[in-house]
Amino acid sequence: MTKNLIMYTKYVLYYIYINLKFISFLTTRLLTAIPTILGVALLVFLFLHLVPGDPVELMLGDMVPAADREELRRVLGLDLPISVQMANYFGGLLYFDFGTSFFTRRPVLDSLLERLPATLELAVSGLSLALLLAVPLGIFAAKYRDRALDTSAMGFSLIGASIPSFWLGPMLIMFFSLWLGWTPVSGHDGAISLILPTLTLGTALAAILARMIRSSLLEILSEDFIRTARAKGLSENQVLLRHGLRNALLPVLTLLGLQLGSLLGGAVITETIFDWPGVGSLLVESIQKRDIPMVQGCVLLISLIYVAVNTFTDLVYATVDPRIRLAKN
Amino acid sequence: MNAPLLQITDLTTQLGNPKQPSQVVDKINLEIYPGETFALLGESGCGKSMTALSIMRLLPLSGRIIEGCVQFSDVGDLLDLPEKEMRRIRGGQMAMIFQEPQTSLNPVMTVGRQIAEAVELHDVQRKTNSTKRVIELLDAVGIPDPKRRAKEYPHQLSGGMKQRIMIAMALAGKPKLLIADEPTTALDVTIQAQVLQLLKDLQQDTGMAVLLITHDLGVVAETADRLAVMYAGQIVETATSERFFSKPGHPYGRKLLKALPDASKRKQRLAVIPGMVPSLKQKFSNCRFVKRCDVAIAECSSEIPPWVFGSNNQQVRCHIWQSDTNKPLEQSILRNQDSGVLNDSSQDLHESQDFNQDNKDNQVNQGSKTLDQPSNNILLEARDLCVHFPIHKGILQRIIGHVRAVDGLSLNLYPGRTLALVGESGCGKTTAGKAILQLLRPTAGSVRFAGQELTSLSTNKLRPLRSMLQIIFQDPFASMNPRMLVGDIVAEGLIAQGLNNRSTRRAKVLKLLDQVGIASDAIDRYPHEFSGGQRQRICIARALAVEPSLIVCDEPTSALDVSVQAQIINLLKDLQINLDISYLFITHNISVVAYLADEVAVMYLGRIVEQGEVHEILEHPKHPYTKALLSAVPTIDDTGKQRIQLEGDLPSPADPPSGCHFHPRCPEATAACSLKYPDTVILSPTHSVRCEYAKF
Repeated sequence: MTKNLIMYTKYVLYYIYINLKFISFLTTRLLTAIPTILGVALLVFLFLHLVPGDPVELMLGDMVPAADREELRRVLGLDLPISVQMANYFGGLLYFDFGTSFFTRRPVLDSLLERLPATLELAVSGLSLALLLAVPLGIFAAKYRDRALDTSAMGFSLIGASIPSFWLGPMLIMFFSLWLGWTPVSGHDGAISLILPTLTLGTALAAILARMIRSSLLEILSEDFIRTARAKGLSENQVLLRHGLRNALLPVLTLLGLQLGSLLGGAVITETIFDWPGVGSLLVESIQKRDIPMVQGCVLLISLIYVAVNTFTDLVYATVDPRIRLAKN
Repeated sequence: MNAPLLQITDLTTQLGNPKQPSQVVDKINLEIYPGETFALLGESGCGKSMTALSIMRLLPLSGRIIEGCVQFSDVGDLLDLPEKEMRRIRGGQMAMIFQEPQTSLNPVMTVGRQIAEAVELHDVQRKTNSTKRVIELLDAVGIPDPKRRAKEYPHQLSGGMKQRIMIAMALAGKPKLLIADEPTTALDVTIQAQVLQLLKDLQQDTGMAVLLITHDLGVVAETADRLAVMYAGQIVETATSERFFSKPGHPYGRKLLKALPDASKRKQRLAVIPGMVPSLKQKFSNCRFVKRCDVAIAECSSEIPPWVFGSNNQQVRCHIWQSDTNKPLEQSILRNQDSGVLNDSSQDLHESQDFNQDNKDNQVNQGSKTLDQPSNNILLEARDLCVHFPIHKGILQRIIGHVRAVDGLSLNLYPGRTLALVGESGCGKTTAGKAILQLLRPTAGSVRFAGQELTSLSTNKLRPLRSMLQIIFQDPFASMNPRMLVGDIVAEGLIAQGLNNRSTRRAKVLKLLDQVGIASDAIDRYPHEFSGGQRQRICIARALAVEPSLIVCDEPTSALDVSVQAQIINLLKDLQINLDISYLFITHNISVVAYLADEVAVMYLGRIVEQGEVHEILEHPKHPYTKALLSAVPTIDDTGKQRIQLEGDLPSPADPPSGCHFHPRCPEATAACSLKYPDTVILSPTHSVRCEYAKF
């Protein structure tokens, strides 16, 4: 009984120890991210005030008397010196106040949280499609290198990578929505509306990923330990999957992290084409309207997501590659 | 004799474009008998690895077997087997280990798992799960604490341990034949001795045959029963090991033996083999060695030489070799030896500098005299030099310890002399070289060069002095910018020293290239167009450009073949005589030290444990480590040599053992050794050692 208790305590202590390590890693990463994010916020703030274009003029038009304009300027806080505006904004950030939209007069954070799920949905589906296409394509291309299968797979991937999404998107709409009538033209309305944006995003990503997986796998296949695996008597498929793939996916993982980061920040073009209510289209709308607090909110969110995703990538990397895992301990 | 285990007939393998193939293996015939060690000897590019890969049917994509027959055991012709059957042979009855244990293991899979894979594939009668067998195998190859080690990843193990893992993997299928492709080339001599001994023991226990592929004549002499010498894709000689080393038949083999540096050749130039291996893309209608052979006769260039059979099963593919009554050849070789010194140097591209024995002798004598009053004439003096690398940890990167790469090193280097810094990899010898050149700032200690303290000089103040201090690196392939012309590479130092006139600079570069024996058209070519030996010459020209008085040579020949090594060593020796340069020669190759060095310092874990004149160290070593190191070197005539086998690996310099660093591995250690680092014991004005028991 006591033996069991000791064992159990030991186990719990070990568990806490491991988690402490994990938590300390995470806090380090997040602490180092703070200057990055604040720097981004500062730059965006300054640039937005430097570029021409007055939000008040955009809201009221030319025909409004000067007194009314001044009044609106005062209400929005735009009459204050820029240093005070800055202090107010960064002061607010301290307690997670991202400011209020000039146009809707709603807190920026609410709008962001409202738009985030749609972006998340699109990012996950786009990336899943990309992986589903790219992994087998890359493996087959590497296995049958310089043969017909490889050439056609890489030809497809070249096309995928070179077609811009602002062309592919409208083409898909024309074909599937206007001619065949299978899918809605745009908007966010159930699973069926997800298909075209996913295709647009996914093919471009898949093209790049497939090339990367192929070249990474080919590089690994020329390593000495692959020869060792063959000399052991393993079959070609066993060599490829057990010894080749896991090593080949390491550099791909980094690329994947970067791509996921940019997807979660909103695929601006795709979201705009399909009128997808995500963070990307919110950003574009806000820039057009000179909705300064909203633009800042979007950019902050995007940089936060980038940091989080990259931290996550590093964690995954460390679990896959023992050399990194043990170097940390 | 009983039936051969492996019989290869007319094996021919091609590489590359089928329209213009390289015939890398050309009608090879050989037999290996059960239980014997058969060595395939040759320099890089001669086709020995391709032969092995052809037997295993593991050729690279561009390679294909054209004809031949590989009869193995009771299996029949391996070349006729369907791939599925062949996979059962690979790693089963026939296993292979490779040169680079560092890269030959999958980095993301535990070593236990990697061995288990082989066990699961080949040990079909296995009833229990594979873990038990994996532990047994690890135990058999001498891995301590096998249960824990099985769960580790390759990067957690040392090079020697990794090679043991490779051997364990190979043993999984209980092979009848083990093909070992340069199994110890990447390892230190003491570790090499361990691995070779292990292979020998395993062979005795299991009765397997070993096909040993190597370029190291010493390793062959110590391990092989029979051998075949390969040259340009062909076997040119087969003999028993004993016969070959006493009476080599083919001129190529003779030349290889003469190119080996050792103490007895100090007064003469090393033999070199001029020219290069011919391209294997051509069809040969003559002897492949004829252009490089100094005993060739008219027939050699017009007819393919036949096999000549001699006694003791010696076979030589040569027109002029006549078995036991080989008088004509003996004579012609003798004739060559009479004028040998001159003859070799004329082949060695730079005839202008003849090797003057008397001159050298005088220099040595002068050098010895200066030793008696060292203070006047020291070129470089390092005192208590330390290089510690901090180990960081945690969020704030606080320092939790130091890697003591160099930990209190003192040495003197005299003008025109060569000091060899000897030690195993990881002992800190390269770091010491860099710290002396201030390429890496030392943590403590002083370096005085020509009376000037270097450690306190700023980078700017150091720059003018840089022309006096140069370095030549180990890997001539990686130490030149591949996008720069050779002429620009050599000229860079001249520009840095302010030689701005283009035509003078060009003339100087041409002179330098000539000095190292490189043709003048090299100036407009890129480094990749040259062979390893030529590149090392260019690196030497680059170092010479600024007229240095000290060159640190960091393993300058360890990436080169024996015959090319001989050329580079001859060149270095010539330059020393003509230009009075001092060398700090960093190496692990004892035979090069014996041939080239005036003084020797032996390093272990950041400190010099013994130093003295070359004959004192090599003939009367006092430190147990020096003794073990010297005894581990495989040599050709090792009759009655007592080998001191060191256990384990070099400890980590971050956490050196207490007291004498060597005591955990020392065969002569006593309890006192673990308490205090021994003081210096002076044995002669030049010979000192850091071991309390060296006196007796």
